[in-house]
Amino acid sequence: MAGDLPVKPQAFDYVRAETADEAVQQLCELGPDARILAGGQSLLAVLNMRLATPTALIDISRIDELNYVRAGNGMLAIGAAATQASVEWRPGLAQEVPLLTQVFPFIAHLQVRNRGTVCGSVAHADPSAELPLALLVLGGEVVLRSASKRRTLAAADFFRGMLETARAPDELVEEVRFPLTANGERTAFTEFSVRRGDFAIVSVAAIADAGGLRVAVGGVADRPRLAQLPAGLCGADLDTALNDFSWELEAQDDVHASAKFRRHLVRRLGAQLVRRVTENRS
Amino acid sequence: MKKLGRNTLHQVSLELNGVARSAMCEPRTLLSDFLREALGATGTHVGCEHGVCGACTVQIDGVASRSCLTLAVQAEGRRVTTVEGLCDRGGPLSDLQEAFHRNHALQCGFCTAGILMSCGDYLRRCPDPTEVEVREMLSGHLCRCTGYTPIIRAVLEIAAARRAAHASSALET
Repeated sequence: MAGDLPVKPQAFDYVRAETADEAVQQLCELGPDARILAGGQSLLAVLNMRLATPTALIDISRIDELNYVRAGNGMLAIGAAATQASVEWRPGLAQEVPLLTQVFPFIAHLQVRNRGTVCGSVAHADPSAELPLALLVLGGEVVLRSASKRRTLAAADFFRGMLETARAPDELVEEVRFPLTANGERTAFTEFSVRRGDFAIVSVAAIADAGGLRVAVGGVADRPRLAQLPAGLCGADLDTALNDFSWELEAQDDVHASAKFRRHLVRRLGAQLVRRVTENRS
Repeated sequence: MKKLGRNTLHQVSLELNGVARSAMCEPRTLLSDFLREALGATGTHVGCEHGVCGACTVQIDGVASRSCLTLAVQAEGRRVTTVEGLCDRGGPLSDLQEAFHRNHALQCGFCTAGILMSCGDYLRRCPDPTEVEVREMLSGHLCRCTGYTPIIRAVLEIAAARRAAHASSALET
């Protein structure tokens, strides 16, 4: 042990990459026990508790070419080094991706969003995290880059399970893309947590557009899950559809909430949000 | 590209409250521990060490951040501001600190250093917040003494005072 400063995480090598090329080269060379460090707002908490013990961290937070938020080609593209705050405080976000303005206040706290990145939250894939849920319900995309190739996956194909994604060990989540809002699309988001900023016990997003109604739920299954419902669904039919969905999620009892309570929240919050996106604007 | 090996000490240099400082640490050393133990700036407090309680909040290049969720090596070359930077030792308190004093916005004071660092950044970005917005910003800090009400009062008071001072100085020029 070097020095006499207190330590929390297990020891690791630290690499500060200056370009995206360097970062993916290092990922390839250092192998599957290396992890990308961007904002560190999920990763460092996990390291402090020694729930993860990577042998090397590749810091991408100073790579300028990855620090961007751009609207174009029908998408809001967010680079791997862009913080959540840089998207949240972006003028015009409410016109570009209104769901994100509804989602950001629920993500941890302002002080965490100041450093935490959008791509980092998507890569971490916590089942109760808000950004993966938003990406799924909006039909967004994830761009993965390795030293040899780049591929783009639909959000629905990217999230595989609890903290599990389709990312290969040598791939960097280089960019995520949220579709820009379409005419007439209406969105809503809410969640239930014990304290403001805590992990959601249940989070729900709803979108109504010409194509129908989409409801997505986080915090219940091992990943965010999406239900496609017919447009105009209401009353007893809506209640039945939401009840079916709540059972499909195979909720589990844990220290935070019972499976029964989670199903209750899916039904109640789901109905609340569907009303919000389908009722006539007052 | 910079590579720093594990279990060895590396020099980290940063600007702490306007003064160039440097010390040795491992790559895994947290900024919170680096500030307190290596640089002796113990005004920043350490609570939960997973980003929830807010006690360790400092400003990095002016942005309120959790120092327990930041590695010291990530702060290399950055401008770090802690509660010690709010006023000179023995000198008059800053307006925000005075307002906390006046409103009894602290009792034990454990959470206060972090809250002050959040408020400074927040009021620069959002000079005219509503009470709801201040509560939202303070949700990133746990205070077990005050019940938050006097803290909210102090923050709103200073926001209003700064706006009034800004308006009158605009008239003068």
